[in-house]
Amino acid sequence: MRDVAILGAGMTRFGELWDRSFREIGIEAGLGAMVDARVSSAQLDGVYFGNMAAGSLIEQEHIAPLILDYAGLGSRHLPAIRVEGGGASGALALHEGYLAVASGLYDIVVVGGAEKMTDVTDERGSDIASATADHEWEVVFGATLPSLWGMIARRHMHEFGTKREEFAQVSVHDHEMGSKNPNAHYRNRITLPQVLGAGPVAEPLGMLDCAPLSDGAAAVVLGPLEIARKYTDTPIRIAASQVATDSMALQHRREITTVDATVESAQRAFRLARRAPSDVQVAEIHDAYSIAALVSLEDLGFVPKGKGGPEFASGRFAHGGAGPTVNTSGGLKSQGRPFGAVGIAQVVELVRQLRGEAKDRQVSGAQLGLAHNLGGTGATSVVHLLERVN
Amino acid sequence: MSIARFWRETPQRYNLGGSKCSDCSTVYFPPRSVCPNCSSHRRSIGRMVPFQLSGDGEVFSYTIVHEAAEGFDMQVPYVLALVKTVEGPMLTGQVVDIETGEIRIGLPVRAMFRKLREEGKAGVIHYGYKFAPREEDRAPDTPPGQRDVARAATPDAERGPTTA
Repeated sequence: MRDVAILGAGMTRFGELWDRSFREIGIEAGLGAMVDARVSSAQLDGVYFGNMAAGSLIEQEHIAPLILDYAGLGSRHLPAIRVEGGGASGALALHEGYLAVASGLYDIVVVGGAEKMTDVTDERGSDIASATADHEWEVVFGATLPSLWGMIARRHMHEFGTKREEFAQVSVHDHEMGSKNPNAHYRNRITLPQVLGAGPVAEPLGMLDCAPLSDGAAAVVLGPLEIARKYTDTPIRIAASQVATDSMALQHRREITTVDATVESAQRAFRLARRAPSDVQVAEIHDAYSIAALVSLEDLGFVPKGKGGPEFASGRFAHGGAGPTVNTSGGLKSQGRPFGAVGIAQVVELVRQLRGEAKDRQVSGAQLGLAHNLGGTGATSVVHLLERVN
Repeated sequence: MSIARFWRETPQRYNLGGSKCSDCSTVYFPPRSVCPNCSSHRRSIGRMVPFQLSGDGEVFSYTIVHEAAEGFDMQVPYVLALVKTVEGPMLTGQVVDIETGEIRIGLPVRAMFRKLREEGKAGVIHYGYKFAPREEDRAPDTPPGQRDVARAATPDAERGPTTA
């Protein structure tokens, strides 16, 4: 296995991109990453593509060769592989691309993620998203993704005394961060009373506790670290890429206030990279629902179990806090949530942070970043550790 | 749509038939053919035996759903719960015959066979289990008929005001 670096990154704006097709946004992100990496198409060895549900959302399957074709690369007959893991599809694709380069099979690989979610109604989009839970034993009995996270929230409140206001603070934080991100779906700041007063979705979660359904795409270019300086002055090394899974249904988990897949993927990543949570300066975590951010911060090892609420409310994850600074992109809540693109967009933000190119979102002295991407209620967790190479 | 689907012939969905590992005695619902608990998974193959759940349990966690799952739109707001059965397995299901304000962690409930939803325009009916408070736990002066799920939104005690 050899070291793998990120050579370039690109993404589209996230939001309701009604004037643009799936293939257009996929190409914009992919070519953007290649231009950023100064990689030509002749150097490309393969493409991995994270996508959850193009078949249901835009009635198009078999999307990896489609994107490659419209990127003008069809005649090169490259390998193009779609990867699916619900909301974690993007990071899973990155894991596959990482393995391909680390193994020595491929040198230069583009890993993209895209989803077009607003071409269907909100109701249909939510139903498609809920299929990342156990359809046969949860959804059919009346469960939705927010309702399952609502039950996690209720139990977290019951066991640890977590307050409604504490996880509402996650959404306030994310919108504050996202207000400085030109690619974000929602750039408006919101207040705590607005989050608490928003219409209920699945109590205790309300409308502003839930990330939106968005359109968008993101991509990175990977290559072996040993030749990375040929392409970029600031290669970002993938210090760890770890995937862990658990039971599909929440009802079958060891407990519901801990996502074991997150714990496992994070512990394996830190062990492999010989680092600790305290070494991380900047983190993008999977806040599809506000409570998910608190549970994840606990399970990733940044705060002890049960302390996520008060620690978050204290401001330690904001700019200037004890850190790490969390979701400088705005997270899923503000930057947006095109399912298959989320895990790649997290990495794009970390690349900008670690290169020192994040402008007024910049976390000073960022050397090590963590990306955490979840599928469903935590049946898949992917953790990447990214490091600036000095 | 719509042709018959495999789940219509899945008896566990209707009668809470689970399975038990004859090696470690752990009970599962829905039934499993391999025991996740045993140190040697392969030893449990062929040794999982049918096990009937009683349907009794208590609420482990809950939510009041306002944006419904597909086919449940006519039922909002509805109570959804994780129910820890007395035999061990956890189940996900609606809690009915209760005011939304009465749901709480620890509430004893019992499973019952109910219509779940109608699917699509063809109206294929899905049946399965739901939960309700046990009759013996009810206050004697409250007839069960007055316990139907409230149609109007009941503010949750731990949630803020609903005005935007």
